[in-house]
Amino acid sequence: MSADIITAQGLVKDYASRRGMFAPPTTVRAVDGVSLSVERASTLGIVGESGSGKSTTGRLLLGIEPSSKGSISFDGRPIPAAGTSEWRRLRARMQLIYQDPLAALDRRLTIADQVREPLDVHNIGDAAERRERVHELLAAVGLRPDHGRSYPHELSGGQRQRAVLARALASRPEFLVCDEPVSALDVSIQAQVVNLLTDLQERFSIAMLFISHDLKVVRNISDRVAVMYLGRIVEEGSSEDIFREPLHPYTQALVSSVPQPGTPLKERIILQGEPPNPANRPSGCAFHPRCRFATARCRSETPALKQTTDDRSVACHLVAVSTAQPSLEGVV
Amino acid sequence: MTDATLPAEKAVRSREDGSGGKGIPVSVYIAIFWLVAMVGIAIFADVIRPYGITSMDLGNRLARIGNPAHLLGTDELGRDVLSRLIESIRVSLLIAFGASLISAFFGTLLGFLAAHFRGFVEQLVLMLADFQAALPFLILSLAVLAFFGNSLLLLVCLMGFYGWERYARIARGLAISASAQGYAAAVAQIGASPARIYLKHILPNIASTLIVSMTLVFPEIILLESSLSFLGLGVQPPMTSLGNMVGYGREYLTNAPWIMLAPAFVIMFTTLAVSVVGDWLRDRLDPTLT
Repeated sequence: MSADIITAQGLVKDYASRRGMFAPPTTVRAVDGVSLSVERASTLGIVGESGSGKSTTGRLLLGIEPSSKGSISFDGRPIPAAGTSEWRRLRARMQLIYQDPLAALDRRLTIADQVREPLDVHNIGDAAERRERVHELLAAVGLRPDHGRSYPHELSGGQRQRAVLARALASRPEFLVCDEPVSALDVSIQAQVVNLLTDLQERFSIAMLFISHDLKVVRNISDRVAVMYLGRIVEEGSSEDIFREPLHPYTQALVSSVPQPGTPLKERIILQGEPPNPANRPSGCAFHPRCRFATARCRSETPALKQTTDDRSVACHLVAVSTAQPSLEGVV
Repeated sequence: MTDATLPAEKAVRSREDGSGGKGIPVSVYIAIFWLVAMVGIAIFADVIRPYGITSMDLGNRLARIGNPAHLLGTDELGRDVLSRLIESIRVSLLIAFGASLISAFFGTLLGFLAAHFRGFVEQLVLMLADFQAALPFLILSLAVLAFFGNSLLLLVCLMGFYGWERYARIARGLAISASAQGYAAAVAQIGASPARIYLKHILPNIASTLIVSMTLVFPEIILLESSLSFLGLGVQPPMTSLGNMVGYGREYLTNAPWIMLAPAFVIMFTTLAVSVVGDWLRDRLDPTLT
């Protein structure tokens, strides 16, 4: 048995969009050759701006959307096509947590009924066992038993996200994709939910893909971090390494924007310009129009994701392979 | 002036809200009572009818309302209006309820199929819905009835075609928006089968809209059947329906208005009762409103 629960190789996702009745359809490449793997019981954080393909990557991994190219294998086997009965059975082992818990819950069913739903769908246990399990799950996510009898609109945002979490955990999944699970919540509640997620992950040893644009949260929760820019992973490594010593200029800008307690925010790198349109990708390195260090080579040649040290890879021409220290000083 | 009336209006409204929150408003009680009475009459028509619908009392032709032998009077052939009204309620309710259920069922089914399969199936359903909406239904009914003759079963099935495109469009639109984001996508992601998603989650969520649509279609079906019968292509004599009675009664409107007014009032009150009950049901079925 390999250590990775899920592995993706060269994932590509194209969306066709039409800009007029007679215009030829243009393809937008939301995800462009992403390879990643998540170890059992560990967390991979994915950070990036909106439109960088984070959510699409999560959906591809779950098999909710078919990938245009590339392969995904879950527990050593390829993911079956969405909608087939094998795919539906696999849902018991991999689950998704949405950003907006109110939209993800059916407002006409009580919380207990919805938490019970995966058990009903996958035919786990008899009626008494299911009731018992729902009780257990509500307690595990910190909801009172009487919350089970209420409807989604009667709960607060944090309680709803706990209910969604309880539902996702009902079938004891091994892999959880959290798509911005705390972005819609108040800052005070974010910390509670993030702590709850880490607790539950340890208790049930679940592998997680944690998608967020919030670096503070990602740093807290992730073992490894992948930084995405315009559909590609530009840097990947352990959470500690990336936040201590970001190599890619984009990661450096991101990390510099996170305030450190007790120290004034100095040397903040402010990125120029807008995130580019995926339909109209810049040539060469997609980041070069906003990069402080861009050279002529960056404009013409696309950098590949290369390993620098054992468990670290960066896609930048300016980072010398197999040296941990970036040679950016010379350029500045 | 406005200052003086506003508080009074507010007081009335809050009292209504108070009674509507937990209990049932009086208007709904009356409407439910009316509908139950109509259904009761339809079921027990044979027992409560004082005379046969074709038995003539030639000595008492065009008898007035309140005649000791004929409570609602008699028509031009001396047939008891009350007996005919009771039989008419049975026939008209059968047609209206049967047809409403058929069109709601098939409309919703086609809407869900369109939303689930998209692509070709969706285009086909939408094309049929447009075709149905563009077609003058009365003329289609006339053509069908003229070619195939008419029986009660055919009439119910034909009326069942009426209004299905509204259910189909509503069901399709709401199912697509639910599947694209939110609860239906979440349940699909859990691994539920399409049947479970559509029947257990989407249908209850859009039921309120469908019920409102049904309360709009129901009176229209009663009126459509009335117009067909009025034109002589609906229910055939000696059988009778509400529309049929109105149609034949109009000739005696000036000297024997009760022949026409009795069925006209029944049509009016029944359609009103269906609207009132439908509106109340819509609110009751929504847990976020109580």
